[in-house]
Amino acid sequence: MMNDGAMPDHLMIAPILIPLVAGALMLFYSDRNRQTKLIMGLVAVGLTFLASIELMADVKSATEQGGTVVGLYRLGDWPVPIGIVLVLDRLSAMMVMLTALLAAPSLIYAAAGWQGKGQHYHSMFQFLLAGVNGSFLTGDLFNLFVFFEVMLAASYGLMLHGSGPERIKAGLHYLAVNLAASLLFLIGVALVYGTTGTLNMADIGRALYWLDDAERLLFHAAATFLGLAFLIKAAAWPLGFWLPPTYGAAAPPAAAIMAIMTKVGVYVILRLSLLVLGPDAGLSAGFGASVLMIGGVLTMGFGMIGVLGTPELVRKGGYLAIISSGTVLAAVGFAQAGGGSSMLGGALYYMIGSTAAIAAFFLIAEPVSRDDRGDDDDTPAEADGFDPLSERWAPMGLGTVEDTTAPASQRTVSWLTMAICFGLVAAMLAGLPPMPGFIGKLAILRGAVQDNLPAGGHLPVILWAYAAMLILSGLGALIALMRFGIRRFWAEEGPTPRILALEVVPVVMLLGMIGLQTLRSDALLGYTNATAGALLEPGVYRNAVLADAQDVRAAPVQNLAPDPVADDQDANGPNAAAEEAQ
Amino acid sequence: MELILALAIGVLVGSGVWLLMRPRSYQVIVGLCLLAYGVNLFIFAMGRLYVGAAPIMPKGGFVDPTAYADPLPQALVLTAIVISFATTALFLVLMIASRGATGTDHVDGKERQS
Repeated sequence: MMNDGAMPDHLMIAPILIPLVAGALMLFYSDRNRQTKLIMGLVAVGLTFLASIELMADVKSATEQGGTVVGLYRLGDWPVPIGIVLVLDRLSAMMVMLTALLAAPSLIYAAAGWQGKGQHYHSMFQFLLAGVNGSFLTGDLFNLFVFFEVMLAASYGLMLHGSGPERIKAGLHYLAVNLAASLLFLIGVALVYGTTGTLNMADIGRALYWLDDAERLLFHAAATFLGLAFLIKAAAWPLGFWLPPTYGAAAPPAAAIMAIMTKVGVYVILRLSLLVLGPDAGLSAGFGASVLMIGGVLTMGFGMIGVLGTPELVRKGGYLAIISSGTVLAAVGFAQAGGGSSMLGGALYYMIGSTAAIAAFFLIAEPVSRDDRGDDDDTPAEADGFDPLSERWAPMGLGTVEDTTAPASQRTVSWLTMAICFGLVAAMLAGLPPMPGFIGKLAILRGAVQDNLPAGGHLPVILWAYAAMLILSGLGALIALMRFGIRRFWAEEGPTPRILALEVVPVVMLLGMIGLQTLRSDALLGYTNATAGALLEPGVYRNAVLADAQDVRAAPVQNLAPDPVADDQDANGPNAAAEEAQ
Repeated sequence: MELILALAIGVLVGSGVWLLMRPRSYQVIVGLCLLAYGVNLFIFAMGRLYVGAAPIMPKGGFVDPTAYADPLPQALVLTAIVISFATTALFLVLMIASRGATGTDHVDGKERQS
């Protein structure tokens, strides 16, 4: 524990407070001062990033290689099982850093024009970041609900940013689905509280031992409700139909930052299923693992079919996000069922790279789809002044030199940069070497075979299905994206749409991050493997949170009549519960 | 009292789910409201039912926890009410915008052709 001394580590709350304060400060400025707001937003994101570097250094154990230090921050300094705590471990530090890294390119991209298409873009963006970081850091189930709602409320605004019938229609569906999911979340929280009497995530795991059969059944119902709510957010099949239209209709920078939001759902499932229902949970051990395994594999299949089937490029991005979610969810299921930590470590590595790639994909998809006449494979060319026959006779633009109406010089540098970035992102999402997608998938497969190959030499069927899906989904993504790339970047003639430098720079930044992930893959894989190892030993987390927690349930009901000498101290425990309700 | 509360939650949630499946956006919003009421009552019930017990203890007085209602679910319900109220208001705005943009109150923005 970091804060053994009297001084708690206030840095831990910085990733929540910085965006919250920045977002609130922006509201004092008129919405016309967009440049000021942009700079404030970038400063806030930069500060969050610096804080996340410091937090990441804190969780690494100084003495032991690959060890984990779990940090605890008591909000309002209330004693642990009563008050709300923030908990910092390797996973949350990593996710906070990833959020900051995705936020900066998205903000810069918005400066190219999207920030002016509606009101208060920058404030909503900061509130979204506060909600996302809060969800990653909180150690309390109901507090998680509150941060989730902060994040969702901001995301409704961002999703609708720019307005228009298409966005309103998709927003209506998005809002209805998420409201229903939030209600499922609340039912789950209420059931957890009703059975275990606590909402502290670490304490729930401890309380699980004392449940009798009837209560355990109810607790499993609670876990099912919570799982449903988070699987909806993580867009697992068959609960993820809302995602592609929503992300397709959202403004590109909003969609890019919303790529991290599906990962918040994945994160909570990862956290709860390994902390509460992990291998050491007694009778409840491994509850839901089979759902995650089978559901994850089916989700990947659904995403693959979707990415091949949809003609619109932005929607392909949504299906790619679904594939990425499914990959990680299935790995969580395997880890929960005892599949070993190196597979989960690989999946976490894959999650970082694929989230960045999906964000980059959304930023690329909109500019390169401008003035796109669509897939003309099976429809005759549009009658827009050209002779349809001559169009048909130049397959892939490989017409003779005299036929070529558009010389190569009409392709601008920014267009070519976008084309190269598109190819790299496609290679990343398909899992081709040397991109992190390949390294992550290789690490998953190696972990799957190494840790699960018994002496008999037979892998379980579901692992075979997962391995096959891992490769097939990459192939599906590759076919779908290359088909678009060839048609749009090679075959198409004529002037290219205007692309601003402000739109190219963020994409290059994200690709730089992906490249760095390949170059430093050894260090990063070491970190994610240690993260997975720590997640599979929930005792460390639990002990750190509950180190000096009194167990309120274990204490017999006693008459706490005020002692004439020290009445304030004695009444402290129960009073704390009452005060917390305020 | 348990039976009445259970029936009330059941009726609210049942009607809410049915309305949520309806094609008109106004029905959906009423369904979400009813669902939220049912869920809020459910959270309340999960803190066990007390009659005539205060949730807040007097300062320094005689404190026997069994004589008081559990304050935590009440705090949770309060938060949940505020959040669902705000999001429902947003949904209402969106519904009106959708009605204005598409000219119909069908949730898909167009009437089903049949």
